[in-house]
Amino acid sequence: MTSTPDKIVRVASGQGFWGDWLDAPRRQVEGGPVDYLMLDYLAEVTMSILQKQKERDPTMGYARDFIGAMESVLPAVTDRGVKVIANAGGVNPVSCGHAVLDVARSRGAKGKVRVGVVTGDDLLPRLDELIASGHSLTHMENGEPLSTVRDRVLSANAYIGSTPIVEALARGANVVVTGRSTDTALTMAPLRHEFGWGADEWDKLAAGIIAGHIIECGAQCSGGNCLYDWRNIPDLANIGYPIVEARADGTFTVVKHPNTGGRINVQSVSEQCVYEMGDPHDYITPDVVADFTTIHLANDGENRVRVFGIKGRPATDKLKVSIAYRAGFKAVGTLVYAWPDALEKAQLADRVLRERLDNMGLKFDALLTEFVGVSATHGPLATSACEPPEVQLRVGVRSPDRKTVERFTREIAPLVLNGPPSVTGFAGGRPKVEEIVAYWPALVDKTVVQTNVEVLS
Amino acid sequence: MKVNLVDIAHARSGDKGDTANVGVIALKPEWYPFIAEQLTLDRVRLHFHDVITGDVERYELPNLNALNFLLHGALDGGGTLSLKTDAQGKVFSTAMLRMVLDVPDDRARALGLPAATT
Repeated sequence: MTSTPDKIVRVASGQGFWGDWLDAPRRQVEGGPVDYLMLDYLAEVTMSILQKQKERDPTMGYARDFIGAMESVLPAVTDRGVKVIANAGGVNPVSCGHAVLDVARSRGAKGKVRVGVVTGDDLLPRLDELIASGHSLTHMENGEPLSTVRDRVLSANAYIGSTPIVEALARGANVVVTGRSTDTALTMAPLRHEFGWGADEWDKLAAGIIAGHIIECGAQCSGGNCLYDWRNIPDLANIGYPIVEARADGTFTVVKHPNTGGRINVQSVSEQCVYEMGDPHDYITPDVVADFTTIHLANDGENRVRVFGIKGRPATDKLKVSIAYRAGFKAVGTLVYAWPDALEKAQLADRVLRERLDNMGLKFDALLTEFVGVSATHGPLATSACEPPEVQLRVGVRSPDRKTVERFTREIAPLVLNGPPSVTGFAGGRPKVEEIVAYWPALVDKTVVQTNVEVLS
Repeated sequence: MKVNLVDIAHARSGDKGDTANVGVIALKPEWYPFIAEQLTLDRVRLHFHDVITGDVERYELPNLNALNFLLHGALDGGGTLSLKTDAQGKVFSTAMLRMVLDVPDDRARALGLPAATT
C-alpha cells in the first residue's frame, strides 16, 4: 500500500491483559477517530489456561472476553471501518474467528465482517517430532532440556511476528485474530500494512515495535500505575487508554481521546518504556531487534508525547517459545493479628504453625512466610518507626504432592483458637489448593514455524 | 548531606521469570548524571543483598534519563511458582527508591537536590 508523507494511522489500545477494563474497547472506538483497535489478551501462562479449557471443550480455548468486546465495538467496525487486531485466539484462533462471525450474524452484520485467522504458532502437536529432530527447547534461564518436564507439558506456542497479520489485512480482513503473536506485533502489523514498510526497514519496524510496547499494557502509559506525580493525575475513574498516531517515517505520537482522565507526558511514557525491560540495546522480536537506547520522547502539547529517533537491527533466526507445564501444587493461608504487639503475635503463630507441620513430617519444596503490613513487599529494606495496628500473617507452601499441600490448608484455622491471641480475618475459610502451571521459555529455529492465514466471512 | 532517592527519581518494575527489572528515571534531566554515578552496580547489589538470591545487571538509558537494573533470583521462582505477594516484582520499583544517598553539601546545592527530611 502506498502512502503520503502526512498520512497518519491511529492505533488504539483497548486491552492490556485478559482481565483488563471491559469498557475500554468501546470507549476507544467511540471517543474519537481511530483506525485500528489493538487488544492484547495473552500473558505468559494464559495459553495453558486456555489449553485446559480446550481439552474440556474442543470449541473453546480462546479469550471469551474478546467476544464481548467485539459486540461492543461491532458498529464501529461495520459502519466506520475500524479494524480490530487481537491475540485473543489463544490455542483456538479458528473457533475464536467463528465466534466473531456469530456475533456479526446475530447483529445483522453478516457479510460486513471478514475475520483473518492466524495459525501456526501452536507447537504442542509437534513437540515430540521437534525434540526428536534435535530441537532441545532448553530453558532460556536455567539451561535444562525440555525432556525433563516433557510429560507435564500443557501448551507450547511460538511467539510469532507481524507478517501473518499484515497478510490478513492485505487480504481484506477487518478483524484479525491470532494465537501467540507477540504483543508488540499487534500494533506494528497495521503500520507495516498501511505504510508499506519493507521487512528490512529495521528502524521503522523497530519504531512500530516500540509503539506497540508503549501501548500494549493499556492505560499503564497514560496515567495508570504511574508513580510520577501520582496524586495529581486527573480523573482516573475515566482514564483514557493510549492511542498511537503513527507516520510513515516511523515517528509517532502517543495520545488519548479528549475528555478522558489520566495523563500522558514524557514521564508516564518513560515509566512504560522501562517496564519489563531486559538489555535495552536488544529488545528481540520476531521482526526486528529494537534498541531502546535510541528512543527520544518530547512533550507535544497536553497529553501528547512525540516519539522519534528509534533504531533497529535485523531480527535473529530464532523465535521464542512459550511452554507451560504442570509444576506441582501450592496454597497460601492468611490470618490477621491486631494491636498490641501484632507483629510478635504473628511471628509466634508462624513458629507454632511450622512446628506443627514439622511434627506431621510434611515436606515442602518451599515454605514462605510474609508479614503483610510490615515487610511483605520490601522485606528487610522496609523500616517503620511506629507500631502497626494490625499485621497479616501470610504463609505459602509449594509441593509436588497435592495431599501435602491440602494438609497444610487445614492447619491455618485451628490457630484461631489454639494459637496466639487477637487474631481475626479467617472468614474466607480454608485456603484453596492450586495446581501450578509454570512457564518454560525456550528458543526454536524460525524455519520450523510455518504460519497460516485464513480469511473467514 | 543525605538525599532520598525517592525525592529525585521515579521508577517502574516488572518481571521476566525469576528476574525483576527496575527502571529508575531521574525526576529532572539534570539529575540523571548524578543518579547514574551514584547507582553503581556495587551499590545496588549491596542494597538488595538480603532481598535477592542472584546477581544484578545494570544498563544506562541516557536518552530516557533512566537506568535499568535486572535483579536475578528476586521472585521466589517467579510467575506462578512464586509464593510471594509480589510474585511479579511490581513494587521492587519503590524498594529501589528507599536508597539514601550521601552527597557533599556544595554538590547537592549546585544540583538543587532536596535534602532528606527523614
